[in-house]
Amino acid sequence: MGQPQRIAFDHDAPIEIAKYYRFQWEPAQDCHVILYPEGMVKLPGSSGEIMKRVDGTRSLNGIITELEQQFPGVDLRADVVDFLEVAHGNGWIRPKAPR
Amino acid sequence: METAGSDPKRPGNPLWLLAEITYKCPLHCVFCYNPTDYTSYGPELNTDEWLKVLREGRELGCTQLGFSGGEPLMRDDLEVLIAEARKLGYYTNLITSGVGLTEKRIAAFKEGGLDHIQLSFQDSTREMNDWLSSTKTFELKKRVAELIQQYDYPMVFNCVLHRHNIDHTQQILEMAEQLGAEYVELANTQYYAWAFENRDQLLPSRDQLQRAEEVTNKFRERVGDKMKVYFVVPDYHSNRPKACMNGWGSLFVTVTSDGVVLPCHEARMLPGLTFPNVREHDLKWIWYDSPGFNAYRGDAWMQEPCRTCPEKEKDFGGCRCQAYMLTGDARNADPVCDLSPFHHLITEAVEKADRPTLPPNVKPIVFRDDRNSRLLSAQKADTTPVT
Repeated sequence: MGQPQRIAFDHDAPIEIAKYYRFQWEPAQDCHVILYPEGMVKLPGSSGEIMKRVDGTRSLNGIITELEQQFPGVDLRADVVDFLEVAHGNGWIRPKAPR
Repeated sequence: METAGSDPKRPGNPLWLLAEITYKCPLHCVFCYNPTDYTSYGPELNTDEWLKVLREGRELGCTQLGFSGGEPLMRDDLEVLIAEARKLGYYTNLITSGVGLTEKRIAAFKEGGLDHIQLSFQDSTREMNDWLSSTKTFELKKRVAELIQQYDYPMVFNCVLHRHNIDHTQQILEMAEQLGAEYVELANTQYYAWAFENRDQLLPSRDQLQRAEEVTNKFRERVGDKMKVYFVVPDYHSNRPKACMNGWGSLFVTVTSDGVVLPCHEARMLPGLTFPNVREHDLKWIWYDSPGFNAYRGDAWMQEPCRTCPEKEKDFGGCRCQAYMLTGDARNADPVCDLSPFHHLITEAVEKADRPTLPPNVKPIVFRDDRNSRLLSAQKADTTPVT
């Protein structure tokens, strides 16, 4: 997969899991994972919680708002932006493709 | 709940399940890694038995599933197996030559949730030297490639390279490009099974390998991000062994057509080990407790130079099967390693390959087919000591 690379994207546009990738809960790993051809990345804890919300309806800002409501008083913005930009750089997520 | 790593001596769970669902194959590839004695195996698992294997594999924690063979399309219950695999949560990969892939079947695979198809190029005819220009092969691959695109799968091509086609690397890459490949794996033959029988015929020279790598690098520069090209060098041209299967019984589990379970698809050749069958045991016991899967875990089995080698954590002493095939003892270092006292066996083979032409007395090529498999099985039975 090489070095994780951050790639910025529109924070107000809906994002989705990219084609050929699958996000799911993995009981044997006790965490969420991303599956892709011949590989798997574990997304424990907050990374799984963030990715769970990448569903083609929410934008990055929408996800932050939702998480801040759920965990009041915690400044999550930097972590969410970091994680999702790396996820985008790895090709796991993308702006929602037009129908 | 049981979690991997809770006991330092207990291995983690497997992540990869390779289902070699049949050894039937319409092709006769001389570099095939299937066992040469496949015709002596028991009857194929039926649909229900495979469904049980899939469930047990998933319970163990496997996430990647490869349907392979032989040619997996030769099984007419592949649709059922794919649909169940997807329901269970596997990422399902079909490893195929494309022979037998119709629109009806690919539509059913898509509907069932197949995630990924890897299409291989190979010489499907006995006219080895002509295979690249064979319109029959190209037309078939073209039709299959169109189906793959139509059904929105990534275009993943694999081509096995050897002495007789490696000089055509340029044409192979151009053909892949023409067919819309996104990923191309140029996998040099590794010398097991049928390929080992044919090694002197198939091993490329150092010059050939170097030229193929140059061609590949130039091609990569030209196509940029459009295509990802992987070039896998043959073990014989290395001086350190591969970390075979990422360690014995560490990530991979192979279930063969007749239900025998192996830590890698070649391990059945190793003497003195009995590998269990899913008809008699569940995968959990097989993975964690069977003697076969524990035989080469960890490093207690290692001999010198591996035992005290600082690189043993990195390559696990290489491949047990290669060590056995070349040195007669699976506990030896993989002779690919230049620290192995048997490394000369590798360099001698490469020196032979460096000769401009094959000697007239070179062993004739053996095609992978039922007749030759029966002959090789009989030979093996004759030379296996009775214990």
